[in-house]
Amino acid sequence: MRTFKGVLTAATMLTALASAPAWAQDTIKVGGLATLEGAFAVMGQDSMRGLELALKEANYTAGGKKIELIKGSSDAKPDNAIKAARKLVEQDGVKILVGPLSGSEGVAMRDYAKTQPNVTFINGSSAAQETTLKDPAPNFFRFSTDGVQWQAGLGEHAFKNKGYKRVAVVAEDYSFPYSQVMGFMVDYCKAGGKVVDKFWVPIGNKDFSSIIAKIPDNIDAIYVALGGADATNFLTQYEQSGGDKPMVAGSITVDQTVLSAKGKQRSYLIGTPSAGPIADTWDDPKWKEFVASYKKAFSDGLPSPSLFAHAYYLAGKAMVTALDQVKGDLSDNQKSFQAALAKLALDTPTGKVALDKNRQAVADIFLTEVAEAPDGKLMNKVVRVIPQVTQTLGMPEAEFVKMGPASRDNPDCR
Amino acid sequence: MGAQLWGFPMKQFVLTTLNGLTLGALYFLVASGFTLVFGLMRNVNLAHGALYLLGAYVGWTVADRTEYWLLGVAAGFAATALLGLLFQVLIFRRMEGQDLRQTMVTIGISIVLADLMLWFWGGETYQFTPPEAIDGSLALPLTPNWRYPTYRIALLVAAAAIGVGLWLFLNRTRVGMMIRAGVDDRAMLAASGINVQRVFAVTFMVGAGLAGFAGVVGGTALSIAPGEDVRYLLASLIVVIVGGLGSISGAAVGALIIGLAEQYGLAYSPTYGAVYTFLILVAALALRPQGLMGRRA
Amino acid sequence: MTIALPETTLAAPALRTPADAALHGRIAKYAVLGLALLAYPLAASDFWIVQIGAQTLFMGTIALSLMWLGGYGGMVSLAQLTFAGVAGYMVALFGVSNHPELSLGWPWWAAVPVALLIATAFATVTGMLAARTEGIYTIMITLAIAVAFSLFCRQNYAIFNGFAGFAGLHPPRLFGLDLRAPLPFYYLCLAFAACAYAGVVYVQRSTFGLALQAVRDNPRRMRAIGFNVYAHRVAAYAMSGLLAAIGGLLLVWFNGRISPDSIDAGPTINVLVMAVLGGMVHPIGPYVGALAFILLQNFAVDLIDPERFNLVIGIAFLAIVLASPDGLVGLWRRLMRRRS
Repeated sequence: MRTFKGVLTAATMLTALASAPAWAQDTIKVGGLATLEGAFAVMGQDSMRGLELALKEANYTAGGKKIELIKGSSDAKPDNAIKAARKLVEQDGVKILVGPLSGSEGVAMRDYAKTQPNVTFINGSSAAQETTLKDPAPNFFRFSTDGVQWQAGLGEHAFKNKGYKRVAVVAEDYSFPYSQVMGFMVDYCKAGGKVVDKFWVPIGNKDFSSIIAKIPDNIDAIYVALGGADATNFLTQYEQSGGDKPMVAGSITVDQTVLSAKGKQRSYLIGTPSAGPIADTWDDPKWKEFVASYKKAFSDGLPSPSLFAHAYYLAGKAMVTALDQVKGDLSDNQKSFQAALAKLALDTPTGKVALDKNRQAVADIFLTEVAEAPDGKLMNKVVRVIPQVTQTLGMPEAEFVKMGPASRDNPDCR
Repeated sequence: MGAQLWGFPMKQFVLTTLNGLTLGALYFLVASGFTLVFGLMRNVNLAHGALYLLGAYVGWTVADRTEYWLLGVAAGFAATALLGLLFQVLIFRRMEGQDLRQTMVTIGISIVLADLMLWFWGGETYQFTPPEAIDGSLALPLTPNWRYPTYRIALLVAAAAIGVGLWLFLNRTRVGMMIRAGVDDRAMLAASGINVQRVFAVTFMVGAGLAGFAGVVGGTALSIAPGEDVRYLLASLIVVIVGGLGSISGAAVGALIIGLAEQYGLAYSPTYGAVYTFLILVAALALRPQGLMGRRA
Repeated sequence: MTIALPETTLAAPALRTPADAALHGRIAKYAVLGLALLAYPLAASDFWIVQIGAQTLFMGTIALSLMWLGGYGGMVSLAQLTFAGVAGYMVALFGVSNHPELSLGWPWWAAVPVALLIATAFATVTGMLAARTEGIYTIMITLAIAVAFSLFCRQNYAIFNGFAGFAGLHPPRLFGLDLRAPLPFYYLCLAFAACAYAGVVYVQRSTFGLALQAVRDNPRRMRAIGFNVYAHRVAAYAMSGLLAAIGGLLLVWFNGRISPDSIDAGPTINVLVMAVLGGMVHPIGPYVGALAFILLQNFAVDLIDPERFNLVIGIAFLAIVLASPDGLVGLWRRLMRRRS
């Protein structure tokens, strides 16, 4: 019993010491949170690469102070993301937290940010609309665009340029695809298109054969908003069941992780239009420079930086730039740093990025098509750049909000 | 909206039924190994799903290197059979009679295996390249040229073949006879002088090997990624409980029911389809816990 | 049987005997532990008080409900986190949340008892379904109920708000104190955990508890004597439901939110890991297991590659199950016995 008590006392004393704030005054602790566990680990790793690239370019220095990056790991579950965030903020003492990666984690992070007003939260790649549109947190800054913005211009392109007058939707049954479908349909329905039917597939479902059997014949194309393994499965099974309708793809349906999936080549994907925050093979010199420095810095990285790496890179860049502007001074409960972030007009590899009044990014969106690169791999080539897309897709905020949140039945244009 | 027969969308119904049958065939392949191991050794191997996935990954790697899909299938079977043998001889043999402890160990093994596979093969989805002969689509007979994936038909044929093969193994070979005797009365089997441990080892080997085989075959149909292990474990559990733990024909019946229920649910009630499958299990356990073809322990 | 079970304990007689000394020893141990737990916040930072301390206490309570059912009742149930989740969802639906169109907005003193009641009722129904099963079948049916419930919550938007769930769940302000502040929240969790622990210790040596353990050991004999085995088991489930519901309430107040992924297969297995890690031989086991798990979860990222967290947990779990069937508590007892 004596030893037990002794051990307990010693343990608590050690931990009290361990949790004392670091006394180094010329170091700023920054937390980086991404999904480093589980099946999303690949995306999480790439996110970290993006953040590290931004810090590397600044020599891990900003505003005259050294930047210390402490990594936190989640598994895409909001509960665990908040636990990891709490550890970074309350135990490791980070002053700025960059992250999280996935949409629902971002919504939870917004709520956590409200309880920590003296810490600045900069979004990673989480793309839920709600995070900055509904009850935004004054210290949460998102320099990446949301799932609805990602689809800007795609609907109009599908109707006018590709001639798809009637479309069926196949998408996963949760909030991110709801917002992607909304982003597509706002343009598409306005241009005159009809979405004949929507097929919402439960998450994790691998067998799409019965869904495929239900897809009507009198349509021009299928809008597919599935991610990762689901997208790969759907495409294979669709082709195997003799399907021949062209597709219009959501942002993560033709992401690099799907295009570079090991095994059969997705040759039937060539020509599929999509839209998103990046395009792998854009001709712009700044983008090419970004890709080159990504490749040089990370020999074990993906063939081209993913949208996760890009989003975290933007966050890192914004943080460093704003820190330079306030000369690293976070002493006034970070008020001047946060003000600098809010007013920032960032020049990025994908164009200009600035924040709106909800601290949400207004940025360029890329309309793309899947094409075969000279080395035989599949890439997304740029059709057109849709400039400076706002969170309300150009509509006045009141009118946009009146549409209601994206859901299974909203919007509807049959 | 597809061909209609008396106003009923026939094409959708026929295709969904076929999907249910072929999915049931896959579930049978996965579940047969599971029920074999439980039936004889009363060992609920909750690492069965992890073995499925491991067989799939190993099979993929071999098929990728050698460009022979069939070699991948064999490799998947061999790898998990060997691992199963090691588990039985090194671990489970020492825990005989301690059912709950064995189950806990299999849970631990499944967690460890899942992470090792994630480490080694990463989080991306892997797709197989089946041989030309069974790839692509077939025109279905007696229909206005409806097409159906050839591979799924092949899957149905393979499951039937394995089912027949298992039946022959259990009913027409000496080892099979020993296994059946052991399922009925383990003590008597030992008393009659047979090396029970060897029978157990063979059984676990076959059961685990079947999981790996199903992994390659199923992975070719539905691709492989982390998380498939949990999915197929849950499916196996439902199938064998509904059909009857320890009964191969029960596994077949259960797989058919669950495969059809899943596909009909997905086609006609996608929102709650998955919930219904689990409710079938709850109902089965509450009303007839020994399963449709099982015997009371 | 299989994993070691708790010993059935009876009250000590009135004479001063070695049993008295043992009792006094036990009282001394409890006093020291109690004092340490009460004094802990004085020596620890906010993070350690809440994320480690309070979390261990309420997760330990949920794991205790599993240990109660598994250790004393002989029924390993994977539906404990589901009962906790039901309580969490009910408190969100009846109380205040960030979805005023779905929540009823009742004050906490109405919403909390209703939530606990509904969760206990859910556990009772689960018990009615599961009490006729044994061993792996019990694990199966409770796992199926757990997965079915989380799937249902994920797909249903009319009541359970589907994939997103509910956020904005706060404990009340009592006597001017915000119960979510670190110190009050810790003591709240400590109070509930102490009640839960005391409850289990008391019930297991009561008539009902003794009958339950006898049912665990030989249901046939108990049936022959005339005990209603089924009713005893269902009652055990009901009690486990209440324990889990209390833990679940604190869980949603800690997280401030609940969604289907809080209660799906992954977290459900975690609760089992905590109970087995600690050992199902003594009610302190689940708390020890919860502490070990939470420490690993928080600090593995600093010690080893965060990607390999599950590998470490899996190996630790395997090691305990292979080496010490009664978990960490069993290990401790063996060490103590070897010293004396």
